[in-house]
Amino acid sequence: MLTYIIRRLLHMIPILFGVACLVFLLFTAVGEDPVRVTLGEHATPEAVELLRAKWGLDQSLPKQFLDFLGQIVTFDYGRSYNTDDRIVDMFNQGALVSLSITGPPFVIGTILNLIIAVTIAYYRGSKFDRYSTVVFVAAMSVSYLVYIIGFQYLLAFKADLFEINGYAHGLESIPFLLLPWLITIVVTAGPDIRMFRTVFLDETKSDYVRTAHAKGTSEPKILLVHIMKNAMIPILTYTVNAIPFLLLGSFVMERFFSIPGLGDMMITALNNGDFPVIKAMTMMIALAFSVFNLLTDILYAWVDPRIKLS
Amino acid sequence: MVSDPLLYVENLVTSFRTEYGTVTAIDDVNFSVKAGKTLAIVGESGCGKSVTALSIMGLLPQKISSIDHGKIVYAGEDILQKSSQERQQMRGNEISMIFQEPMTALNPVYTVGQQISEVFKIHRNYSNKKARQEALRMLIEVGIPDPEKRLDEYPFQLSGGMRQRVMIAIALACEPKILIADEPTTALDVTVQAQILSLMKKLQQEHGTAIIFITHDLGVVAQVADEVVVMYAGKVIEQGDVYQIFEDPKHPYTKGLMSSLPSINDTKDKPLNTIEGNVPSLSHLPIGCRFSTRCDIANHKCVETSPHLKPMNIGHHVSCHSAHAEEA
Ligand SMILES: Nc1ncnc2c1ncn2[C@@H]1O[C@H](COP(=O)(O)OP(=O)(O)OP(=O)(O)O)[C@@H](O)[C@H]1O
Ligand SMILES: [Mg+2]
Repeated sequence: MLTYIIRRLLHMIPILFGVACLVFLLFTAVGEDPVRVTLGEHATPEAVELLRAKWGLDQSLPKQFLDFLGQIVTFDYGRSYNTDDRIVDMFNQGALVSLSITGPPFVIGTILNLIIAVTIAYYRGSKFDRYSTVVFVAAMSVSYLVYIIGFQYLLAFKADLFEINGYAHGLESIPFLLLPWLITIVVTAGPDIRMFRTVFLDETKSDYVRTAHAKGTSEPKILLVHIMKNAMIPILTYTVNAIPFLLLGSFVMERFFSIPGLGDMMITALNNGDFPVIKAMTMMIALAFSVFNLLTDILYAWVDPRIKLS
Repeated sequence: MVSDPLLYVENLVTSFRTEYGTVTAIDDVNFSVKAGKTLAIVGESGCGKSVTALSIMGLLPQKISSIDHGKIVYAGEDILQKSSQERQQMRGNEISMIFQEPMTALNPVYTVGQQISEVFKIHRNYSNKKARQEALRMLIEVGIPDPEKRLDEYPFQLSGGMRQRVMIAIALACEPKILIADEPTTALDVTVQAQILSLMKKLQQEHGTAIIFITHDLGVVAQVADEVVVMYAGKVIEQGDVYQIFEDPKHPYTKGLMSSLPSINDTKDKPLNTIEGNVPSLSHLPIGCRFSTRCDIANHKCVETSPHLKPMNIGHHVSCHSAHAEEA
């Protein structure tokens, strides 16, 4: 198992190196000159030289590339062109905010949806099953944005149950986060429960379920012990694959609720041609994807002995 | 009869609701099983062997099937009258079942030990530790080499034969009175098949288990059976002890089956006997004898009226107008 994890970690290196090359090429060879963007057309040559030296742009390209790799390895991406803040600090702060928008509803929602899906699977074919299917399909056919705008208007503006938008730091942020949480849970319920239910029902048809019945195992135990562990394999894939989209979802949510997370940071950086921030963000996202991938595979091996032992 | 039957099935009718309407998968099935004996149910694919077994186990797909008529009497009680919870407590405890596909019948994500232990925990309330010890004992009993190590292995690490041994260990863990084996060796190669059969025989002798052995392999029937039930299109058409069926078959279908068995004395060029034609579909059954469409000696009576199972000799029953006429 440990060798497996180490092997997978080593696999990440060439992938991340590839991403680093691409990012570097894009922002050095193709992008605009950030110094010109910052200082404007009429800057004196001296001022331009000075800023070039400060940002390390006077170095040869190979040296710049090595510096970039060094930044990646040390997680120290230097300072923002725009605000002169340390990028790591900006990133940590933004990530914390973004995570606080999507993390809790993701965890709570997934558990809740699993419970609901198991309950529906237990009563498969009943009226309860059929009606819930209709409700979830209907809920799924409405766009994400409609939920955001609708909830914001009805629950926050009209009913005044939530803050409309804004943000505070620390625990005081919770009142501002409640509505985004609610929306995320509601939006993911339909697709999650439909998917989980299908997985459970597919497993119900397996031969090992018939064996469990023949042993005298009770129906709830068959569902929660025998089927659950098998169903976790496809469910884990689905759930972990949804994480990157949660991040995108967070970007949208940050816009609508004026919450200063990673999405906000990315958009500001793009508007200002703040290349170090964009490069750092791209690398961080690539890293996050690789780590999530690894995490799924480890979780897989944990539930599926066929992977663990091969 | 010397000993009372352990279980008997009386006028059992089981039907399925399909897209094409209701089909009666087994129609008026009767037979009985005695302790320590093996009853073989034979017949072509689709004749209702598995449906019979599942009816006894209480494992029919609930929403699309129903037992419309008949009794299944075990230990003096009609188990069809019992609650689903009582039936559940019987399964794996009083009556067990093993299946054809040892490759998929075990749960892939639990160890062999966990899967055997479960039976002890359900029916005997054993602690984890005690159940594990008992599981180990069962692995030894079904002849799995290196049992301590196998206990912690997963099904995918075992060969087909070993998995079927594990299935037998699960089925026999609580010493059930009856074991239903639905084609338990069909998916195995010949040598492994022989090993599994002799293991079942050995365990049967040690524990006095009654076995209902479902197969379409007459070679296997000859090896294991005491009694044979021959089914055709959902009906029992002949039943008797294994000598009566093999030496003196009365029904044209059984005769056909027997003559389709290759003999060692046959010359190489002699074509194998086969029964012409196909089993009628359950939704388009003939009005008279269900075998009449393929029967060489069918007459107008066979086409018009359905024969009933009647005794020919002691313990030998046949459902055929011609056989009945000959006897009279
Ligand atoms: N789940 C089901 N849905 C609908 N019809 C079914 C179902 N299971 C069985 N049947 C019907 O019952 C008949 C008997 O099926 P059964 O499985 O008992 O055959 P079998 O004798 O066990 O055949 P095989 O040798 O192929 O296992 C089938 O022909 C089919 O029409
Ligand atoms: Mg069958």
